Amino acid sequence: METPLLTYTLRLADNALILGHRLGEWCGHGPMLEEDLALANMALDCIGQARNFYTYAGEIEGRGRSEDDLAYLRDCDEFRNILLVERPRGDFAFTILRQFLYAAFMHPYFERLGTSKDERLAAIAAKAVKEMAYHLRHSAEWVIRLGDGTEESAARLQEALADLWPFTGEMFEVDETERALIEAGLAVDPAGIRPLWLDTVDRVFADALLNRPKDGWMQTGGRRGEHSEHLGHLLADLQFMQRAYPGSTW
Amino acid sequence: MAEIIHLREPVDERLHERLHERLARAREAAGNVVDPEVPVLTIEDLGVLREVRFAGEVVEVVITPTYSGCPAMDLIALQVDLALEKAGFASRKVTLSLSPAWTTDWMSEAGKEKLRAYGIAPPVGRAKGRGALFGVDEIPCPHCGSAETERVSEFGSTACKALWRCRACREPFDYFKCI
Repeated sequence: METPLLTYTLRLADNALILGHRLGEWCGHGPMLEEDLALANMALDCIGQARNFYTYAGEIEGRGRSEDDLAYLRDCDEFRNILLVERPRGDFAFTILRQFLYAAFMHPYFERLGTSKDERLAAIAAKAVKEMAYHLRHSAEWVIRLGDGTEESAARLQEALADLWPFTGEMFEVDETERALIEAGLAVDPAGIRPLWLDTVDRVFADALLNRPKDGWMQTGGRRGEHSEHLGHLLADLQFMQRAYPGSTW
Repeated sequence: MAEIIHLREPVDERLHERLHERLARAREAAGNVVDPEVPVLTIEDLGVLREVRFAGEVVEVVITPTYSGCPAMDLIALQVDLALEKAGFASRKVTLSLSPAWTTDWMSEAGKEKLRAYGIAPPVGRAKGRGALFGVDEIPCPHCGSAETERVSEFGSTACKALWRCRACREPFDYFKCI
């Protein structure tokens, strides 16, 4: 039986790991050397955050599962990440816009989680918030550069926005599990993050000459373990070694 | 009464001195471990070394990562353990602590000077919160000292560095990010 705190911690961990993996897929494929470095560095930050959350999740669970067990030996329906982070990496415009939408949310989110009554979550968040500040700054600069760039870069960014927008609603979803934690002062209420997120998005989109889509139907399910087929393919790649050679170390 | 104090004092002092000496020796051994990615800096210069303490015979060293995903932490922990063993400590423990979160504000002035001499621009200013988000920093070139520099890449060879270039002497350089 998963306790609410375990579910919550796994959601944070899975978001970070899956996004970190998607960023890591760019290693050696970046549009230029500096961006290759940037994407790999951001991947490293996300995976580092995931490791901290997984280690804590394993301790909350108390069944002796390590960070590696949780990352490599769970199946799709056990993953709790939002669907936004599992979308295939797409082109550079798609990747950088997703990073912006995510960082613009996670930066104020981690800032608030840093004052959680759960000391461990607070400590992990207080570190992560500094990293997200860089992700936000870097991705925002690129969104502006691409949006106010050439005809093609603007078109690609606009297309990426249309693809990504229906997945942003899940960031603000709260279920009963999380409601109880929010009321206990352990988790962050995403409703309080929304105006900050919209403000950042609008400010950057204005410079990027992008129009924020109207909020319509939003796709959700990832936080409940209902994923797209893309996560299965991602895990096949991520988990291959431990599945093929259980317990292997290096 | 006075006689009792007279008898006890030298014993206490010796114990105290011994503990003090052990602590100083452990701190020196651990503090001299260098960062594998910036080998001119010790973990003491960086502020990665947080505490050295004894619980009975066990010496415990507390270190903190610069970034969540810093890949050097495992190696640093191993090197601290080895350094303590070399210094003659049989029972050792290296603990990783996340809180309070590491900041470049903890870097010593001597450390910043060593960085500059090594060709890496040290962090400028104090770590800030949201205000630093869209700000532009002025980073003097570590080679020629010119302020005519520009950022090439927000992210550099390691998580803690950005890539810059000097427009005066034309040399590229790493900048140790202020966080």
